[in-house]
Amino acid sequence: MNMLVAILVRDMRLAVRVGGGAFMGALFFLIVITMMPFAIGPDLALLARIGPAILWLGALLASLLALDRLFATDHDDGSLDLLMMGQVPLELTVAAKALAHWLTTGLPLVVIAPLLGLMLNIDLHALGWLALTLAAGTPALTFIGLIGAALSVALRRGGLLLAVLVLPLTVPVLIFGVAAANAAIAGSTPFGPAFTILCALSLFSLVLGPIAATAALRHGLE
Amino acid sequence: MAVIDLANPTRFLRIVDRVLPWLIAATVVLFAVGLYRALNAPDDYQQGATVKIMFLHVPAAWLGMFGWALMSIAALGTLVWRHPLADVAGKAAAPIGAAFTFICLVTGSLWGRPTWGTYWVWDARLTSMLVLLLLYLGVLALYWTAEEPGRGARAAAILSLVGAVNLPIIKFSVDWWNTLHQPASVFRLSGSTIDPSLLTPLLIMALAFTFLFVTLHLAVMRNEILRRRVRSMRLMQAQEVRA
Repeated sequence: MNMLVAILVRDMRLAVRVGGGAFMGALFFLIVITMMPFAIGPDLALLARIGPAILWLGALLASLLALDRLFATDHDDGSLDLLMMGQVPLELTVAAKALAHWLTTGLPLVVIAPLLGLMLNIDLHALGWLALTLAAGTPALTFIGLIGAALSVALRRGGLLLAVLVLPLTVPVLIFGVAAANAAIAGSTPFGPAFTILCALSLFSLVLGPIAATAALRHGLE
Repeated sequence: MAVIDLANPTRFLRIVDRVLPWLIAATVVLFAVGLYRALNAPDDYQQGATVKIMFLHVPAAWLGMFGWALMSIAALGTLVWRHPLADVAGKAAAPIGAAFTFICLVTGSLWGRPTWGTYWVWDARLTSMLVLLLLYLGVLALYWTAEEPGRGARAAAILSLVGAVNLPIIKFSVDWWNTLHQPASVFRLSGSTIDPSLLTPLLIMALAFTFLFVTLHLAVMRNEILRRRVRSMRLMQAQEVRA
């Protein structure tokens, strides 16, 4: 347990210090949302209607871009080999790393989402609910992305390959995330079912992600 | 004959060489019969002659999904039992499965134009097939980027298993999202809702497609084994030149 906490703290420290790029994802999120009205037009009614979808897509892309850092730097300086030889089961190590990654890249997205929702003319009362859907759904994005990150570091190929592998698997998260957000804003459909399925997806990927990522690392780096 | 007997690539190649001509002949005969029956099948009272597209579309869809199932089994063979031919089988199934999924999408699109009035709709079944195609392309991309065949095969095996776990979820979530495509009509508890005059040719065509898949799969596996042998011979030759 101490080891896992140590890994968690180490990864978070590395992420927030110089060169860590923890808040790069949130900055990217902000820029993407700012670009959207330029492409769609400043029609506030339209923006309010498609706002949840834009926010979810922006969060998906932002968390995807940050995934590269999950294993790549540790692999470059050799600390990944040490982690793999450690006494803690690799699944738990990987899960701790992913949790640290979510806390430093996923959580900032959740925090600034209400502000961005305000820019997209989403109803004030719904902003909290919107952030809640992101808080429930972004862990799934990180833990599914974990598999892609492990596969691409094992093959020493990053970038686009990672996106190609991970994006199709995130389809359900996007569907239920946007459904829950729309339900919270429009209120025409019940919020509960979509939101609970979103939570279920997160819990499911919390289990599947570390196991598959560990298998990828073990088979790729042996 | 046990699966383990096939572990020897040379023996496997010998069996493939013996079986392949028969499989090709069976495929040709089945396609001849199936296409003849399909073209002579009565037109649908609503859809007219476009109903014939179904004889290509439905088997292609089945085989597209069958390809992923085969890849998952091969992935288990690679990761769990370390069967030497399992990764060859998985690698061979990926492009064939992708091709059948693509045929399913194209024929469906051509059918949709006269029937639904559009080439593409964002309907649940269409979209989930499209996502399946994207997953296939992801696996293929993984094979393309790996320098060493063995490493790429293990990575692709993990992705196939993750995909196999996720496909039902994707399918279910996409179903929930939007639906226009008719529900399953061949395999149902209450019996098929298709008229026998259309069902028989469809089943013959499905059998023909399955034989085509198996034939292609074995041929691609044979080519892959030979390609790997050429590769290792080249490597050995390069070492000899250096020494």
